[in-house]
Amino acid sequence: MTNVFDAFSGAATSLTGPLPDPSTDAGWSAEHPKRVGFFTDTSVCIGCKACEVACKEWNLVPDDGTDASDTYRLTGMSYDNTGDLGSSTWRHVAFIEDVRPHGSATPAHGGQQTGFLPEGLPAVYGNGSSSPRDAVTEPPGGGTVDLLALLPDGGAHGQQTPDDERDVRWLMASDVCKHCTHAGCLDVCPTGALFRTEFGTVVVQDDICNGCGYCVPSCPYGVIDVRESDGGAHKCTLCYDRLGEGLEPACAKACPTKSIQFGDLDELQAAADARLAELHSRGVHEARLYGRDPDDGVGGDGAFFLLLDEPEVYGMPPDPVVTTRDLPEMWRNAALTAVGLGAAVVAAFWGGRR
Amino acid sequence: MGHDTNTEMPERYRGRGRGGNREQLQVPEAEFRSYYGRPIIKAPVWKNPDVPLYLFLGGLAATSAGLGAMGGATGRPTLRRTGRLAAAGGAIGGTVFLVHDLHRPSRFLHMLRVFKPTSPLSVGTWILSPFATFAAATAAAEIAEPVLRRRGARGLARLLRRAGDASGVASAVVGPALGTYTAVLFSNTAVPTWHEAHRHLPVVFAGSAAAAGGGMGLVGASVRDNVPAARLAVAGAAVELVAGEVMERQLGLLGDVYQKGRAHTLMRASKACLAAGAVGTVLGRRRRWSAALSGLALMAGSALTRFGVFDAGIASANDPAHIVVPQRERIRRRQETTATPSDRTTPPDRAFA
Repeated sequence: MTNVFDAFSGAATSLTGPLPDPSTDAGWSAEHPKRVGFFTDTSVCIGCKACEVACKEWNLVPDDGTDASDTYRLTGMSYDNTGDLGSSTWRHVAFIEDVRPHGSATPAHGGQQTGFLPEGLPAVYGNGSSSPRDAVTEPPGGGTVDLLALLPDGGAHGQQTPDDERDVRWLMASDVCKHCTHAGCLDVCPTGALFRTEFGTVVVQDDICNGCGYCVPSCPYGVIDVRESDGGAHKCTLCYDRLGEGLEPACAKACPTKSIQFGDLDELQAAADARLAELHSRGVHEARLYGRDPDDGVGGDGAFFLLLDEPEVYGMPPDPVVTTRDLPEMWRNAALTAVGLGAAVVAAFWGGRR
Repeated sequence: MGHDTNTEMPERYRGRGRGGNREQLQVPEAEFRSYYGRPIIKAPVWKNPDVPLYLFLGGLAATSAGLGAMGGATGRPTLRRTGRLAAAGGAIGGTVFLVHDLHRPSRFLHMLRVFKPTSPLSVGTWILSPFATFAAATAAAEIAEPVLRRRGARGLARLLRRAGDASGVASAVVGPALGTYTAVLFSNTAVPTWHEAHRHLPVVFAGSAAAAGGGMGLVGASVRDNVPAARLAVAGAAVELVAGEVMERQLGLLGDVYQKGRAHTLMRASKACLAAGAVGTVLGRRRRWSAALSGLALMAGSALTRFGVFDAGIASANDPAHIVVPQRERIRRRQETTATPSDRTTPPDRAFA
């Protein structure tokens, strides 16, 4: 998109739509590294929060409790005691305890007995009310052994726990900054503290940020926030320092189930498409990719997800749009109104002295 | 842990049906899901009252500069003097509030590192800086010129008056931009009630600026000089009242934040002040005390609007329904227009919703 903004903007030259190479768009030379990102496959997340801890340790992110009485920050809503992403929480594991009256639930995994998962993971069951727990001990194709069925209590600790009155399903997902193709935080930053790296990620330069806070309400995902202790805006850097040394980000390194996958974005997208097709072919119809589509409102995300329910269930907006998409129209409206206001002031003097 | 005391948490997370505009009423239940009712986006961390006061003072200064310059050109000395002093006071006071609002105020000059059209705050900085410079210079000339003349430095006084006139015109030219860019500042966020009002907010804020500047003119100018201020103030109040009402209605579901809580109270008070001030101006312009009283009411109405819009935005950002319901509606409408809806982003799993 070519417009008057191109003449001034040292940052991005396009405000919306697909953009194959945001780094070049931001002024990096053609030799910059490939765009990297995260693919977070929540279907294999076990909610261990190793990513949260690894992130905090590597990036020296302070405790997000603010006073002694608040030390553990118990939310009381689920096993999630972090709550949301913020200035001192750059990875956040959402934990959804989905409890519904017995029989009313849409069976997880489309009612199919999946009985197995790839990559050597314990099996999870579908809606166990209709099928006994030991119905599937031999996964089709001779895959992974169903570890849950081997437990003494018949696998009551499994991810899906049927009982007499209710169906319970646990969803876990490690949320993170999306490193948008069109990043609202970056667009609105008035100091240039936020910038697009050569890896296509979005990073805050802490020595530039003056804590104006404009990035905070401009993020359609509610990721970035100002830290009260130092007044600066902070968020995930996709471990910019580690990338420079050829290392993968701390969270991906720590993830024990490969739920968090790091790599070149195009390869991750291919892997995600394959994973989605695999899950769909196995009857897991509720699986869907989030942030994968370069035609979405933010031009696609550098960090995208495979979810097992609607995004809003995980605390993510279902159809995010970068706010600056509408900025040219806003400037036009404001300019026209300003002309009108100036004319009104002059017109108030009409007729000279009385 | 909140940055602002006004974090109006939503009372529900599986929302009841909430009738919005006509289109949404056809949807039987605008039920939505969320993550334990928690907000999805982050509410602005801008400080209250710093930012609403900055908006008010900026608007006041924006139109006062015009009244000052035009008052000088048309031989209305008390209006000129009031306009010039109010422009400088508003710009300097607004700048102080803006710097104080920063969470790292000592770095306020970092605002001038770059010029970014994609950042309304950057553009605003580059509007406010020259405006405040011109307005302050004009006010300085306004104050110093009679002093110099009294001391016999007539040549210097004349030079100063011309310089003051020139910078007064410059500030008057920049002024309207200062009065309306703040609407873009608010609209260009992910806050639904602000973003979706991007066609209305500039008009509301321009009306608010005219009411404030005109109101100040009524307070400071003599009865002989205050006709233009009265006209501008009444027109501004009328525009602000009408545009504000239209905005609240056309926001539909997102307008509910103006119907409850502190934003509702503030907007009600604002409308009362504006209406009373406008009527008072029309009836009482010719008496010094009633003109000043009406001017004060108009300024109060203008300020209350800024506080109300600010509060509404905070409430909107904290309400997950404001994010989920309109975005779901957008997806639904998009799918209706697509012949073969892609099952990749929205599989048919909403049977229980």
